[in-house]
Amino acid sequence: LNENHFLSCLVEFSKTSPAAVQVNVRDALNQAMDEELERDEKVFLLGEEVAQYDGAYKVSRGLWKKYGDKRIIDTPITEMGFAGIAVGAAFAGLRPICEFMTWNFSMQAIDQVINSAAKTYYMSAGAQPVPIVFRGPNGSSAGVAAQHSQCFAAWYGHCPGLKVVSPWNSEDARGLLKAAIRDNNPVVFLENELMYGVPFDLSEEVMHKDFVLPIGKAKVERQGTHITLVSHSRCVGFCLDAAAVLAKEGVECEVVNLRTIRPLDVETIEASVMKTGHLVTVEGGWPQYGVGAEICARIMEGPAFNYLDAPAVRVTGVDIPMPYAKILEDHSVPQIKDIIFTVKKVLNM
Amino acid sequence: MSLVVASRSYADFTPEATFDIKKVDLHRLEEGPPLTATLTREEGLKYYRTMQTIRRMELKADQLYKQKIIRGFCHLYDGQEACAVGIEGGITLSDHLITAYRAHGYTLTRGGTVREIMAELTGRRGGIAKGKGGSMHMYTKNFYGGNGIVGAQVPLGAGVALACKYLGNDQLCVSLYGDGAANQGQIFETYNMSSLWKLPIIFICENNQYAMGTSVERSAASTEYYKRGDYIPGIRVDGMDVLCVREATKFAAAHCRSGKGPILMELQTYRYHGHSMSDPGVSYRTREEIQEVRSKSDPISMLKDRMLSNNMASIEELKEIDIAVRKEIEDAAQFATTDPEPPLDDLCSHIFANDQPFEVRGATPWTKLTSTS
Repeated sequence: LNENHFLSCLVEFSKTSPAAVQVNVRDALNQAMDEELERDEKVFLLGEEVAQYDGAYKVSRGLWKKYGDKRIIDTPITEMGFAGIAVGAAFAGLRPICEFMTWNFSMQAIDQVINSAAKTYYMSAGAQPVPIVFRGPNGSSAGVAAQHSQCFAAWYGHCPGLKVVSPWNSEDARGLLKAAIRDNNPVVFLENELMYGVPFDLSEEVMHKDFVLPIGKAKVERQGTHITLVSHSRCVGFCLDAAAVLAKEGVECEVVNLRTIRPLDVETIEASVMKTGHLVTVEGGWPQYGVGAEICARIMEGPAFNYLDAPAVRVTGVDIPMPYAKILEDHSVPQIKDIIFTVKKVLNM
Repeated sequence: MSLVVASRSYADFTPEATFDIKKVDLHRLEEGPPLTATLTREEGLKYYRTMQTIRRMELKADQLYKQKIIRGFCHLYDGQEACAVGIEGGITLSDHLITAYRAHGYTLTRGGTVREIMAELTGRRGGIAKGKGGSMHMYTKNFYGGNGIVGAQVPLGAGVALACKYLGNDQLCVSLYGDGAANQGQIFETYNMSSLWKLPIIFICENNQYAMGTSVERSAASTEYYKRGDYIPGIRVDGMDVLCVREATKFAAAHCRSGKGPILMELQTYRYHGHSMSDPGVSYRTREEIQEVRSKSDPISMLKDRMLSNNMASIEELKEIDIAVRKEIEDAAQFATTDPEPPLDDLCSHIFANDQPFEVRGATPWTKLTSTS
């Protein structure tokens, strides 16, 4: 089902005002998986604690009770092995969802994600597709320290053959996960643990069982005229909060939610920059060779450069391993005040 | 061309004979494969031809590599033919198989043609992977390569086996690795999950005594690879005897299909070439050792002697097969050296399956290329 078909089916829905229901990100992911498991028998979920524990972060709650051992599989703590098994199952025609308890643990299995999943369709000249989703929480959490807090958007976003998706809210989570599961290619799905419990209103159209969002398309969450803020995942919320504060001072920020890291929707960013003349990227990951660096490089190389009235700059996580003490941790990630400060700098206020 | 009319008609040949084969070593098994193997004339000729085809194809690849027509990595299989051919004799093409990078022989036994294998080695558009993959990345139906990262293919094979069990199709997956890979942690992770979940997988360790230049004694605390699966039953088999390999594979396949879960086969085999074309293969082993294996244990000679001494074929008939094989290889090499390289339009294709065409950044910001599925 592509997006155009879906949207044309929805003409009827838009005639009545959509009933909103509150769904948090965790439940959005849960419902998306439930519906896709029901829709296609070849879809199955494997990972640590996904079955009888209901998921380390409860994202797969209830699924094992409903679908049983065959389709919801608890694995031993052996990432390289079970990621390889998941990819092999995809080779042979199943549609696995492989959960990493956090994306930090994917480093143990990264060879299977890159060399076995991402590159195989190309190496086989189209003979062997790999319809797999790797998902789990990415980036910083709260108090989990250095080994459990890394953002992998830049690492996976670097690699051709992968689609890399980073939802912010419940609509993103739902629509992008359904799209990822239906995609015949390897998708790296970067969730955020601190967003799991956050509720959002979802319209009837979003709650439809065939609602999907297109992978590779960013969304303008807030229209603005003075400056473009581009972000992904949890930082989108911070950008909107910063925009609300700045609006009181007469600065109207346009906030772009990337939704997808790869392929990057550079057209939406360019259109926005050509309108506002100013660009700030905001991400939780480290600055060096990161998502923001890529966006700035692309803007330099493309038509939007001529519209910039100031250099494009990045707001990022601090270039250190994540510390534990709360005061240190708070100062390791971009805060709303950092975004406001940067906007004012760029606008020469 | 000989005009000698065969002095015997085919009706004079023995249609079938039974041979004693070496007993296998057993691990956690009460019984192993049978001690005899029955070979029909038809099977014998087929195995002979296939092994000879692999042999000559690999020797031709050696030649083309030295002429710099094949480049990069090229890991040759000559000496190990009985493994690929014997394994295929014990399963069917609806079963699945995955191996590492010494894969040309398996690409053939799994349904590839010499033409498309050689053209892949020379990087031409007629190659089995259209020139995109090369020596280590060839695929056919139910054959998942050709894998370059040592050991990674083993969990992949277990995933294929999981799919077989999930879909309930009574198929199994043969997952091959070498003595060098046998120490990889992910293989032990795979032993664990395959056993826990009773996956229909046959683990096969092709022990050719050397991982690049490191002999088994120098890399493994235990060189009894058939026991390394611990709780997984194992057998150690003479990998130079195509009948041993076939019977062992049949035995292993029956074990899997009965729902008992995984089984491990160690095939004791030998490669005549070095690890790859950049390895002369004599700094870590002696020429005498190589020569001894060639003269005493060559898989093709072994089969040939058996067939001749049991009147299952004539020398002339086998010579005719040799000539036919040589011709097939020559034709394939001719194709592989004259077929054009892939078109530049193909550079960015096959990134994603079932997708609309999209733009790919070239080497400069102004180079906009297109990727199609």
